[in-house]
Amino acid sequence: MALKDITLGQYFPGNTPIHRLDPRTKILLTLYYIVALFTAEFLLTYALMFLALASGIAISKVGAKTILRGMKPVVLIVVITALLNLFYTPGTPILSFWIFTLTVEGIWAAFFMTVRILMLITGTFLLTYTTSPILLTDGIESLLGPLKKVRVPVHELAMMMSIALRFIPTLIEETDKIMSAQKARGADFETGNLFQKARALVPLLVPLFISAFRRADELAVAMECRCYHGGEGRTRMRQLKYTRADWAVIVLGLLGCIAITVMGHFGL
Amino acid sequence: MSGPIIEAQDLRFTYTNAEGVTPIVLDGVSLDIEEGSFVAVLGHNGSGKSTLAKHLNAILLPTGGKVYVAGMDTADQQKLLSIRSTVGMVFQNPDNQIVANVVEEDVAFAPENLGVPSEEIRRRVDEALAMVGMSQYATHAPHLLSGGQKQRVAIAGVIAMRPRCVVLDEPTAMLDPIGRKEVLGTIARLNREYGTTVVLITHHMDEAAQADRLVVMSKGHVIADGPPRTVFQDVEGLKAVGLTVPETTQLLWQLRQAGCDVPLDALSDEECAQVLSDFLTA
Repeated sequence: MALKDITLGQYFPGNTPIHRLDPRTKILLTLYYIVALFTAEFLLTYALMFLALASGIAISKVGAKTILRGMKPVVLIVVITALLNLFYTPGTPILSFWIFTLTVEGIWAAFFMTVRILMLITGTFLLTYTTSPILLTDGIESLLGPLKKVRVPVHELAMMMSIALRFIPTLIEETDKIMSAQKARGADFETGNLFQKARALVPLLVPLFISAFRRADELAVAMECRCYHGGEGRTRMRQLKYTRADWAVIVLGLLGCIAITVMGHFGL
Repeated sequence: MSGPIIEAQDLRFTYTNAEGVTPIVLDGVSLDIEEGSFVAVLGHNGSGKSTLAKHLNAILLPTGGKVYVAGMDTADQQKLLSIRSTVGMVFQNPDNQIVANVVEEDVAFAPENLGVPSEEIRRRVDEALAMVGMSQYATHAPHLLSGGQKQRVAIAGVIAMRPRCVVLDEPTAMLDPIGRKEVLGTIARLNREYGTTVVLITHHMDEAAQADRLVVMSKGHVIADGPPRTVFQDVEGLKAVGLTVPETTQLLWQLRQAGCDVPLDALSDEECAQVLSDFLTA
């Protein structure tokens, strides 16, 4: 098991127009996109959505291969959803055997559900592929800013997110180290059934948790030494700024989202 | 050098541990640290040196006595931020001090907390990274750096606050020899070129020998205080509290034990060689 291969919300640095957009613009755009995707009804609207997505991918230069590779973990979910839709949608039956009935409506439903899930995942991937985690957290903090008025600890949540992201590689490294240490003492992580494997993780998780708590304690002291006292009166080195391109994209995206919803309403 | 930046007066610290025992960690420590000086605090594990360090920027508050930082009482909650921005602190493990996943974002953390305007933060970050020689790594991810580099980033993160004093609590304990050299070089430069007061907590004799002044602690007391070459002459005294002396002093001391009349105050290899050659030609 190569733990170092695990990536979360992988980011591909680049300097395309999509990379340069303000993270808030991209988050808003992704939200419009998700809403539009669920209100889209039929071929025309889906084709338009697909066109938007494809041009986004093309501009971002992420590459179709990377996108397809990202799909791997969700294939199973997509297949199961498609099969359920295929056989359990009531309508005009075409084929029937044992407890399964294939209907015309089912084929359409399965097709659209598959397209919908795949496009949903691709769209959100495009966001994380083109936005660095730190900008993403900054963007979320800024977008959720108004919630501070109703006492939602927005700054604290964003801080927790960015510290979690910072410590993922450190903890992965540590896991590798503990695994080697336990293997050297005869621990077996590879063989056995599911339950035996789960039990084998105990000598890995206990030291990992203890060390994570110790790290958290030291980090808290180090943060206090650097005058951290919550979000109040805090400034940022990098300030997010909407450019003219951002406004254009936000307005166009919103119009597109409304158009798709209206078209969906008329069954297009 | 002008007046003490840190004054500890009859500092005492005790706490009650899980077994209900109350060990006395610091027992009446009085210490003035002059602005612009380079002070090393030497002591064995459990001598109270790290506890002393934590009192210097109000991470711990004394149970008896007082600590003043630039005239401010560390027990004064109102002055907490000014105290902590005057005395910066660097710890042992660089991994547990770095907050952000980009080097420059991490260095910006302290000035951001202090509410410094954006352009000024940018300037301070560039300056701090240049001071520790890490400018070319500004946009790197910290977890890909070596131990010595990470510790230099941690030092930059502290000096971006523009502190008048930096306390380093065994900053080289987790580093390989190359990393140690990098960090010690950075610390020495910080003191000599930028005039920052440095308090280096350590148990390495050769690190302590680089300071202007050496404070030796044992069992919560200061047992010796003076220039390193004077302090190290008390070889028996240091051995009695479980500390060794630098190899040069050790060699000269053994020669004296054997009846040779050599002085003990040669610390560097060159000085020691000179003393030996003088002795042999005399």
